[in-house]
Amino acid sequence: MSVKKLTKDDFAKFVEALIAKENVIGVQAKGDRFDYAPLEAAADLRLDYDVTLQPPKKFFLPPRETLMTFEIGGAYTSEHDDETFVLLGVHPYDMIAINQMDELFQQDNYDTHYMKRRNNATIIACDVMTPSANVFASSMKTAVVKSGYDVLLTDIGDDYVAEAGTEKGEALLAGVAEADAAALESRQAVWAKNEKSLNKHELECDAHYLPKLLDRAYDHAVWEEIAKTCFSCGSCNQVCPTCYCFNVQDDVNWDLKTGQRDRAWDGCLLDGFTKVAGDHEFRNQRADRFRHRLYRKAKYVPAKIGGQIACVGCGRCVGACLPDIANPISVYNRLIDDLGIG
Amino acid sequence: MCQCCSEKKDIYLPQLATVVKADDMNVTEKYLQLTMDDGQFDYAPGQFVEVSVAGIGEAPITITSSPTQSGGFELVIRKIGNVTNAVHTLTPGDKLGIRGPLGDGQYPVEEAKGKNLVFICGGIGLVPQRSFINYVLDNRSDYGEVVILQGTKCYDQRLFTDEIAEWEKRDDVQMLETLDEPDDRWNGNVGVVTTLISKITTELKSAVALICGPPIMYKFVLMALEEHEVSHESIFLNLERKMKCGVGKCGHCQINDVYCCMDGPVFRYSDLATMPEAI
Repeated sequence: MSVKKLTKDDFAKFVEALIAKENVIGVQAKGDRFDYAPLEAAADLRLDYDVTLQPPKKFFLPPRETLMTFEIGGAYTSEHDDETFVLLGVHPYDMIAINQMDELFQQDNYDTHYMKRRNNATIIACDVMTPSANVFASSMKTAVVKSGYDVLLTDIGDDYVAEAGTEKGEALLAGVAEADAAALESRQAVWAKNEKSLNKHELECDAHYLPKLLDRAYDHAVWEEIAKTCFSCGSCNQVCPTCYCFNVQDDVNWDLKTGQRDRAWDGCLLDGFTKVAGDHEFRNQRADRFRHRLYRKAKYVPAKIGGQIACVGCGRCVGACLPDIANPISVYNRLIDDLGIG
Repeated sequence: MCQCCSEKKDIYLPQLATVVKADDMNVTEKYLQLTMDDGQFDYAPGQFVEVSVAGIGEAPITITSSPTQSGGFELVIRKIGNVTNAVHTLTPGDKLGIRGPLGDGQYPVEEAKGKNLVFICGGIGLVPQRSFINYVLDNRSDYGEVVILQGTKCYDQRLFTDEIAEWEKRDDVQMLETLDEPDDRWNGNVGVVTTLISKITTELKSAVALICGPPIMYKFVLMALEEHEVSHESIFLNLERKMKCGVGKCGHCQINDVYCCMDGPVFRYSDLATMPEAI
């Protein structure tokens, strides 16, 4: 795949041209923070952002979506979103989260609802220029991304290096000049810097060791201790780019003859997540739910996706947690301190 | 736009089934016989379906009939939540949505061949077990001795009483039943299901044990089987969880690293050693 270079002025023109023909969703300022929103002008795009309020998962797995419609006593009909869109400004850690979700929604049973949106998306990723207050992507080895994107942008000062990751990306960059050796060198410097500097919370072991650490930590006192102040609010689930648990609910229309079946985000920290009819709740203790989330991130989900750790170090949960207990690094480091890395 | 998705089936979409027979077994249990409208339905003992009532939702229900039987498939559904309450209003001819059969964790149909089988059922736990019991009885020569232990809370909650009476009559089945809270109508054993274990004439140590009942029952049954030195590899348990999507995505039925809907609902006891959340 080719690696191109374009000046920031030319990039603005590139974005304007993209907006003219596609539905472009780009990172923009929202108050003094940043988030994804429909992009109306290249000037609104903020590729210097630190972290978005919400991860980009909502564009593939919306907070609420209709899976099917039905007639009471009659047939069920699948509903799928079938619009193409461009997601502009995805950071490497979020791109890696999307790559993981792609694998999870395709494996065993192919989820057409997620995958249709994913296949209809064009993703233009960009390297981090401003580290956020809680990012720890360097620790999780997610500061730099090598696949999944259609185009990857790297800000090297006056220019952007733009690498095509797919044929779709290649087509988008047609006509753009090749990057020279100096530009590639500058990009390499950005990568080398990010691999070290996106590390506001430092994991005291290699991230790939975490599943083994958790093998020995199930009955550790830390779960009970920390979860004492957990509100079971699910904020950590909501802002997590790799949390994808959902609930399914039916809604009947006013005619009482037709309706729809929706799926909506759910969270394993919420009370009632495992409750069955008859009110038996399998994970009814806060500590059990708190432990489950961190085991999913660093043991259960990794086992399903070839060992990749399912925490990408975006740091959103650290900022979202009211009692300030969600930081996975504090918990993992505490376990390393107590149990060693044996 | 995306061709690959339109070629793949929607894993969440129920297919229509028609109610052929609907009977109240007692105040809380409803028996349904169903046929799929498109005719297709191949299942194995231990598998479940997501039963869908449009406008209410879905609930996972294990199939109670054996695939050796013709005439559709059967479910027994306890009235306990929104979906199951709605199911109780169904009458023959009504439509129901079905997804499945689901669950790779099934009864050890092949592995158990030639071995003695002990079915230990608590209350409604007979319902999933009945699928394998009837499968075994329909392939009787493939299996060794068959013991069925059934413990039920009270007389009115007994299920499949005619079938149990038939099993009692058979020379090649040891059928033992007990009630926790008997009344004047009951002359049989009294006590919980574990009290029947000492009455088994089959050698337990080499047998395959299959357990299904309320969560509290498992610990006591497992303790009793431990005393008889039944190997953990030869014990199979049916676990219940909130299997919302049934296809390993939604996360609700996860037991540690395992999805009950995908790897269960029937589990080998030795596999649960690494799953502290299981029992």
